[in-house]
Amino acid sequence: MSAEIMLECSGLRRRFGEIVAVDGVGFGIAAGETYGLLGPNGAGKTTTISMIAGLLERDGGEVTVDGEPMTTRSVRAKSAIGYVPQDLAIYPDLSGRENLMFFARLYGMSTAEARRRSAEVLTLTGLADRAGDQAKHYSGGMKRRLNIGLGLLHRPRLLILDEPTVGVDPQSRNAILDSVAALSGAGMAVLYTTHYMEEAERLCDRIGIIDHGKLIAEGTRDDLVRTVGEGDQVRLSAAGDLTRAAESLAARSWVRQARALDGGIDLVVEDARSELPAILSDVAAGGVAVRSVEVTEPDLEAVFLHLTGRALRD
Amino acid sequence: MRAAWLICRKDLRSRLRDRSAVLIGIVVPLGLAFIFNAIFSGISGGSNVISLGVVDADHGVASQQFTGQVLEAVGRSGLITIHTEPTVARARELAARGTLAAVIVIPAGFSARVQAGQPASLQVIGNADAPVSTQVARSIAESYAADLNRIRLSVATAAAANPGTSLPPARIRALAAAAAAATAPVAVRDVSAQTRELDQKSFFAAGMAVFFLFFTVQFGVTSLLEERNEGTLARLLAAPVSRASILGGKLLTSFLLGIISMTVLVVATTVLFGAAWGNPFGVAVLIVAAIMAATGIMALIATLARNAEQAANWQSVTAVILGLIGGTFFPVSQAPGILSRLTFVAPQAWFLRGLGDLRGGGVAAVWTPALAMLAFAAVTGAVALFRLRRLAEV
Repeated sequence: MSAEIMLECSGLRRRFGEIVAVDGVGFGIAAGETYGLLGPNGAGKTTTISMIAGLLERDGGEVTVDGEPMTTRSVRAKSAIGYVPQDLAIYPDLSGRENLMFFARLYGMSTAEARRRSAEVLTLTGLADRAGDQAKHYSGGMKRRLNIGLGLLHRPRLLILDEPTVGVDPQSRNAILDSVAALSGAGMAVLYTTHYMEEAERLCDRIGIIDHGKLIAEGTRDDLVRTVGEGDQVRLSAAGDLTRAAESLAARSWVRQARALDGGIDLVVEDARSELPAILSDVAAGGVAVRSVEVTEPDLEAVFLHLTGRALRD
Repeated sequence: MRAAWLICRKDLRSRLRDRSAVLIGIVVPLGLAFIFNAIFSGISGGSNVISLGVVDADHGVASQQFTGQVLEAVGRSGLITIHTEPTVARARELAARGTLAAVIVIPAGFSARVQAGQPASLQVIGNADAPVSTQVARSIAESYAADLNRIRLSVATAAAANPGTSLPPARIRALAAAAAAATAPVAVRDVSAQTRELDQKSFFAAGMAVFFLFFTVQFGVTSLLEERNEGTLARLLAAPVSRASILGGKLLTSFLLGIISMTVLVVATTVLFGAAWGNPFGVAVLIVAAIMAATGIMALIATLARNAEQAANWQSVTAVILGLIGGTFFPVSQAPGILSRLTFVAPQAWFLRGLGDLRGGGVAAVWTPALAMLAFAAVTGAVALFRLRRLAEV
């Protein structure tokens, strides 16, 4: 981590009666970094970010945001955070513009500044032409965009998004993911919770896997996949002397396993993306004609399965 | 304070936009006050100024004394207007039409019979739809008859003190004049009725206003529960504002909704119905105290509920029960037994009593009722604030 750490939390604990919702969670996020908190429903993601955002008292642990200690009463630390809750958190009786103006003023902007910034966010979220309509008349996608826009309004240095794509159509989902990537690219630190493995893989620089309130693994996607200890699977559909070709490939140091099948060859290699040209070159040299190639890389689903013995969506 | 004001302004805008607060806080109480007033006006005899007719078919000494002194004095009170009608038939027609609430008829020969010491009677023609006014006319007539009997008795007593001698006419007249001028030995003056009762229009205006005040203020405190249900509370809590500001904004919303509602109702009922609320400063003190009491009680109820819907139900039940006990629909203070004392467990009763006292006793009379309502506000508000802090969590 560099000196640009925007969020640092350690030893977070929270209990609800007999249930320990979060138990010793800790991680950090640097400016411009997107950190994904991946875990199944009920794993403790929302409780964790509620404590980070100062919504919920914690039983133990520390949180600092942009160098400021965070508690439920921390005004300065909260002003650095943009929070997008999982459920829509907009006022349906107010227009999109009024929703934005209200929160802009609440974050300390002057009326003129709030008006200017609200207009920018309305444009950013594609709601400018419906700005004066009451939010209850918006479509689901528009409400979701307004929900996210409210979190961006005051140009936060740390953006916390709690499963922002739940219940969103694929088109809006892609738009949200693109927006988050752009914000991160612009230097914003992003904490993104999800139980969708694909989103975490697509967006996040680092991922923390949380289960039963504990952070059970953390790192880049590749780091996490390596913990599984499995290589990439390559299946060649081919014709020719497949046995000889398989033996030739097995002699390579980066090939862990190679076997000829009926109509093809199955390989397990360390990194299929980088070694695929060499594989194709070897089999071609042995006179084998390749009709198709199928590569299967181990993913975060496999990581979660490896770590917990359960599927991510169980 | 800035954040509380922003939250309050946002809530007021939402409430006024969905019209529920306007409906509950202004339209319904105004409508009900109008309906109740119209219904009960028919029963009690119409407006507060009673129109009494008098037909003097006698034109004698006694009848002139009755019309010139007794009825004139009654008319000066401002509560009764006296209309002299030429004939009984005409007066009866006006009474039947409702123009006159009742008519007192002094029959021909009335004075002569009185002076001769013979039985004489006054007649009262009442309007069937105005029984109270008829009773008032009857009371006036009976009161005068009692005075005449007192004078007769005085003269008879003087004559009996001088047995065997006949009193000269001049002496009898002097005795009668002295008896008439003498103050009645026993007089009852109902001070409490003058100082603690509102006239009908003002009673229904004030009763409905304070009854619906308890519904109006609930919009502020209940919205905290609504925000929690709708998820916006999490966003408020994530913003750089204190929880006290959020709670303050909600309570301020309740307070301002109450002020708006009561101000509009006071002005509207004064202009439209002729309700007499009393000294503006005293009324303002009572209104502020009532709003604080209502806000405290409704906030406390809200903290006991699990969600906004449950809170609204419980608050409505509480408002209705307190409204009934507090005498907003009928004066419970006149009820027999424990009920008349029980009424003061409701702030509404103190509010209505304060207005009554204000009319009879001046501005200083509002302090006791106002302090009683502020005591309600302090106790319930303190418990509510303690519990509201728990509500302000996701």
